[in-house]
Amino acid sequence: MMEPLIQIRDLVKTYHLGEVEVQALGGVSLSIERSEFVAIMGASGSGKSTFMNILGFLDHPTRGEYLLDGRSGTNLSRDELAEIRNQKIGFVFQGFNLLSRTSALENVQLPLIYGQIPSKRRKEMGQQALSAVGLEGRAHHHPSQLSGGEQQRVAIARALVNRPSILLADEPTGNLDSKTSGEIMAIFQRLNDETGITIVMITHEQDIAAYGRRKILFRDGRVVEDSVS
Amino acid sequence: MTTLFASLRIALRALMVNKMRSSLTMLGIIIGVGAVIAMIAVGSGAKKKIADQIASMGSNILIVLSGSSTSGGMRFGAGTVPTLTLDDSKAILAEIPGVRLVAPHVSGVAQVIFGNQNWSTLVYGTIPDLLEIREWSLNSGRVFTQQDLDGAAKVCLLGKTVTDNLFGGIDPIGQIVRIKKVPFTVIGVLAPKGQSAWGTDQDDTIFVPLTTAQKRLFGMQFPGMVRVITIQAREPEVMKTVEEQITELLRQRHRIQPGQENDFSVRNLTEVASSAEESAKVMSLLLGAIASISLIVGGIGIMNIMLVSVTERTREIGIRIAVGAKSKDILLQFLIESLALSLAGGTLGIGIGIGGTLILSSFTQWPVLFSAKAILLAFFFAGSVGVFFGFYPARKASLLNPIEALRYE
Repeated sequence: MMEPLIQIRDLVKTYHLGEVEVQALGGVSLSIERSEFVAIMGASGSGKSTFMNILGFLDHPTRGEYLLDGRSGTNLSRDELAEIRNQKIGFVFQGFNLLSRTSALENVQLPLIYGQIPSKRRKEMGQQALSAVGLEGRAHHHPSQLSGGEQQRVAIARALVNRPSILLADEPTGNLDSKTSGEIMAIFQRLNDETGITIVMITHEQDIAAYGRRKILFRDGRVVEDSVS
Repeated sequence: MTTLFASLRIALRALMVNKMRSSLTMLGIIIGVGAVIAMIAVGSGAKKKIADQIASMGSNILIVLSGSSTSGGMRFGAGTVPTLTLDDSKAILAEIPGVRLVAPHVSGVAQVIFGNQNWSTLVYGTIPDLLEIREWSLNSGRVFTQQDLDGAAKVCLLGKTVTDNLFGGIDPIGQIVRIKKVPFTVIGVLAPKGQSAWGTDQDDTIFVPLTTAQKRLFGMQFPGMVRVITIQAREPEVMKTVEEQITELLRQRHRIQPGQENDFSVRNLTEVASSAEESAKVMSLLLGAIASISLIVGGIGIMNIMLVSVTERTREIGIRIAVGAKSKDILLQFLIESLALSLAGGTLGIGIGIGGTLILSSFTQWPVLFSAKAILLAFFFAGSVGVFFGFYPARKASLLNPIEALRYE
């Protein structure tokens, strides 16, 4: 019996906005197994984005414990966090966040550059990742020459290229029409089925959330619903 | 290594995107480096010219001038009244161990006639040692001998300028010229020497034996006296000691009481000549000031543009940090970018500096001298400016919070 990929106990995050103390997360406890496909839902201000930032080692919790693959982020330096992000986490953002002046292939290789992978190996891995999202023919196009759906697929390839333990997607279909959104979700499902990669995805759309196998609902910084479909 | 090479490519691409902005930013560095190149070229050119001139006078030279004697309450300036004698000169050579060669001379301006040509020139009555001290060789003929000196022979050596003016194309050896109406046989022609440190033509001269000059040309008023003694010390280190010993020796020989003024003066020619270096130094200083101001202004320009660049690319930096860039990766990326800016400016500045200096020297006739060392130094300065002024923006970029940077519009 393997231990869960993600173990979270009593996670609290408070922000200080001037004099006011805002509690973004008020004690969240949950665990996520390997190969799960989790959709996180909630209104804006419900704390789901804060939760994602902590999951992605972009932010420290104020209190509580978070273990990814048995590793804790507390007491780690900025650079050590960067290394964990580089090795274990793939990010997909709502706004794609590609580098505009570089080709699709170079965008995909970005995490490999910081992972000290030699240039030749980088290219091979980049091509593989692009093939995995069906964009092998678009390797040398720049983001401005790609459609929104294609840009998001480049971003997914970039998130996958380092073979991370977990894919974190923050509103991945927020900027896409419903047809393209369906295509992106199909890719997520296929990756989850074929490679067994764990996916945690934030969305506020019910039909997008339905692609996930587990649904977690946030309200006012707490988990109010956690259901497996 | 992988990251370094990748960072270099990223940085160069970022600069190419904003070509206009990049080249304007480089302008300060270009001017600064150009001024550094010009400064060093002008400075070392002047230094070399002066060094050449000092070398043309001979090295380690001291000059003893006669005069400043008091006669019936009237004081005469240095060199006007001969107070030195041939024996003084012999004593200096015999008694001061640091002295290698001694050459006394008398001199004066005289009219020289050959055929229907005439020319006014400076005539030296001296001994051949003077030529040796001044490292002056002959183009043709021979120098005068001890016999010529003992017998006060009427023979002479001509400088290049005198030869050109009196003889045109004719070989002067064996010809008779008249100096102050006294006929002299030309026995040698001196090799050309060029300008002295004071700008006088050293080749406009005639050398005759000291004894002849004393008897026939200038010696009538003060027989047996010489105006100047030229002394060559054995090495530069003993110059000071030799100078003091000469003063002491001559005071003794001239029976000058303590408290009385010298009736001669000793000068160190090297020191006199190096004062000519001052004007070149002023020019160098001026260019140096322009260079440092331009480099600082250029550096601030780079800092400014790098800060703009960091702000513009906040989102890009956020993405990089999110996918695993460490602080040093971001720092390096922006440092390389500012370094590339400043080194590109430096390279252009070296070209413009060399071109500008050549134009400057063709207008002003200043001697200039380029050296690989100066060019490397300028390049190094440009690089240092890039790193120094690029560090703050790069550090700022490397410390961005990824969450805020990703949210930046």
